[in-house]
Amino acid sequence: MKKYVKDLKVKAVEFPHEWYVLLKLTDEEPLPESVPGQFVEVKVEGSPQTFLRRPISINYVDREKNELWLLIKKVGQGTHKLAELKVGDTLNVVFPLGNGFSPVQKQGEKVLLVGGGVGVAPLLDYGKYLKEQGAEPVFLLGARSQSDLLEQELFKAIAPVYVTTEDGSAGEKGFVTQHTLLNKEKFDRISVCGPKPMMVSVARYAKATNTPCEVSLENMMACGLGACLCCVEKTVKGNVCVCKEGPVFDINDLTWEI
Amino acid sequence: MADLTTKIAGLTMKNPVMTASGTFGYGLEFADFVNLEEIGGIIVKGTTLHPREGNDYPRMVETASGMLNCVGLQNKGVDYFCEHIYPEIKDIRTNMIVNVSGSSPEDYAECAAKVNALEGIPAIELNISCPNVKQGGMAFGVTTEGAATVVKAVREVYDKTLIVKLSPNVTSIADIALAVQDAGADAVSLINTLMGMVIDIEKRKPVLSIATGGMSGPAVKPVAVRCVWQVAKAVSIPVVGLGGIMNAHDAIEFFLAGASAIEIGTANFIDPTVTVKVAQGINEWLDAHGCQSVGEIVGQLNA
Ligand SMILES: Cc1cc2nc3c(=O)[nH]c(=O)nc-3n(C[C@H](O)[C@H](O)[C@H](O)COP(=O)(O)OP(=O)(O)OC[C@H]3O[C@@H](n4cnc5c(N)ncnc54)[C@H](O)[C@@H]3O)c2cc1C
Ligand SMILES: Cc1cc2nc3c(=O)[nH]c(=O)nc-3n(C[C@H](O)[C@H](O)[C@H](O)COP(=O)(O)O)c2cc1C
Ligand code: FES
Repeated sequence: MKKYVKDLKVKAVEFPHEWYVLLKLTDEEPLPESVPGQFVEVKVEGSPQTFLRRPISINYVDREKNELWLLIKKVGQGTHKLAELKVGDTLNVVFPLGNGFSPVQKQGEKVLLVGGGVGVAPLLDYGKYLKEQGAEPVFLLGARSQSDLLEQELFKAIAPVYVTTEDGSAGEKGFVTQHTLLNKEKFDRISVCGPKPMMVSVARYAKATNTPCEVSLENMMACGLGACLCCVEKTVKGNVCVCKEGPVFDINDLTWEI
Repeated sequence: MADLTTKIAGLTMKNPVMTASGTFGYGLEFADFVNLEEIGGIIVKGTTLHPREGNDYPRMVETASGMLNCVGLQNKGVDYFCEHIYPEIKDIRTNMIVNVSGSSPEDYAECAAKVNALEGIPAIELNISCPNVKQGGMAFGVTTEGAATVVKAVREVYDKTLIVKLSPNVTSIADIALAVQDAGADAVSLINTLMGMVIDIEKRKPVLSIATGGMSGPAVKPVAVRCVWQVAKAVSIPVVGLGGIMNAHDAIEFFLAGASAIEIGTANFIDPTVTVKVAQGINEWLDAHGCQSVGEIVGQLNA
């Protein structure tokens, strides 16, 4: 898939919660082809502390409106600066990068999409794709509390949504792996994106129930292009670049203790 | 239009802009962004006699205007390079140069000899300055004897253009450059990364897996310019300058300090098209200053 470096235009800036910003970007030309689970590397202007680009997942691509969405959690200087962007500003983006989630494997397959925190971001695009391709996605999303559950209406428009919150203010109380759904239903496969401890516990569940499972990693990156070998993850095939061979990996290819 | 053609010993380049090893993959990773043939030379990833897995993650940490890395020369070895990668890059019409590393003079020589046999590789850059591997690497580059031993061993088996890459982590880089010149190097390139360290204060642990890493990016540029200036005054072979170059202005600084050509590393991560922009920018600067070629400004500092 061809990669581009482009100045995209900020079309909308939304604040779904005080920790998050949603940027809707557009371009005069049709946005390049991408697959769900791929990411972009954005250049942060006006933040002297932010030297390298920042990797951000593609949250959603609206082909009709020619929009690419980035859902960003404000953690450090770079992401805080991104939250200051205004409609009409430009954002320099290198994309689409990485492998993305697996394509549909069979009609009607039941795919559990598990997301925690800002890790829900790429699952919106993936869920939409799976639905369109005749699979049956189910979302299981985790947050701290009701107020920081993200894009709920959009997820619900695609497929059933199950929720856990740490304070119990929405859905079931606890972590995603404690949701009763997991004892009731069987899935053909699972895709996960979120904090590492969450992905590890979902991977354990998957292994215990013999369910194929893929996870999306967030290793620190410099080039995002497979050129610098900074972002490696240890796998059964040795050290491989998360930015190029990943960010999505089959749990059987990783060396996690699960 | 100035003439950007640049000669480094036996190497003729369209322009003085090369890519720094370890930052541009094999060139192919950037083919969607730039026309590789518009780059004067592409120095590919560090290559060793035997495959290397490199260091554990984390291998990179951002710093003020730069970064540290401790990749540790991860590569599949020279035989894999010759069989699988060389066929894919040999027809790119620019100078494809292999960066060679090793842990003994014999390793370096054997690796260089294998690359010598590849018709499409007109030069090697000998890395005697990698700070991120326990054995070898920088160990050779920090003493005049060590540097001379490796260069002599390679010179015996390598008959094309031999560029030797120097470490700034030394007391006198000019002395090392002279030793390397006497041992048969055709050119020197500098600087490799500066050894550095970052600590996570909450964990009270170094951020990088092997504690230290090599610093690169604009933060190191003044050190690099100083090194180039000192070396260019000392040696008679061409000097290739690098370290923190982000734009044509930075490149001109290196030419004035005495570099005949430059390499761009970390800047490729920020702008994958930076190489061709710098080449264009050099051209514009030369035109604006009434210069016909880069050679006219090399080492031309006013007293
Ligand atoms: C493939 C990929 C996809 C990503 N997708 C998204 C996304 O869709 N939305 C989103 O908000 N974030 C995403 N991230 C994480 C995002 O890149 C980091 O949060 C961001 O780089 C932090 O930049 P900063 O300057 O704000 O923070 P910094 O000042 O660089 O760091 C602040 C804190 O954030 C932590 N941090 C920095 N980089 C990362 C990282 N890569 N992963 C985890 N923690 C990090 C640091 O350890 C530090 O504690 C993704 C990362 C990767 C590798
Ligand atoms: C991620 C990374 C990997 C590198 N790998 C190598 C290498 O394999 N061999 C080498 O000689 N130099 C290597 N270097 C050093 C660069 O080639 C260059 O000397 C240094 O980064 C300074 O230039 P810059 O500031 O333009 O990046 C590496 C640098 C980085 C950032
Ligand atoms: S970030 Fe450079 S190889 Fe992945």
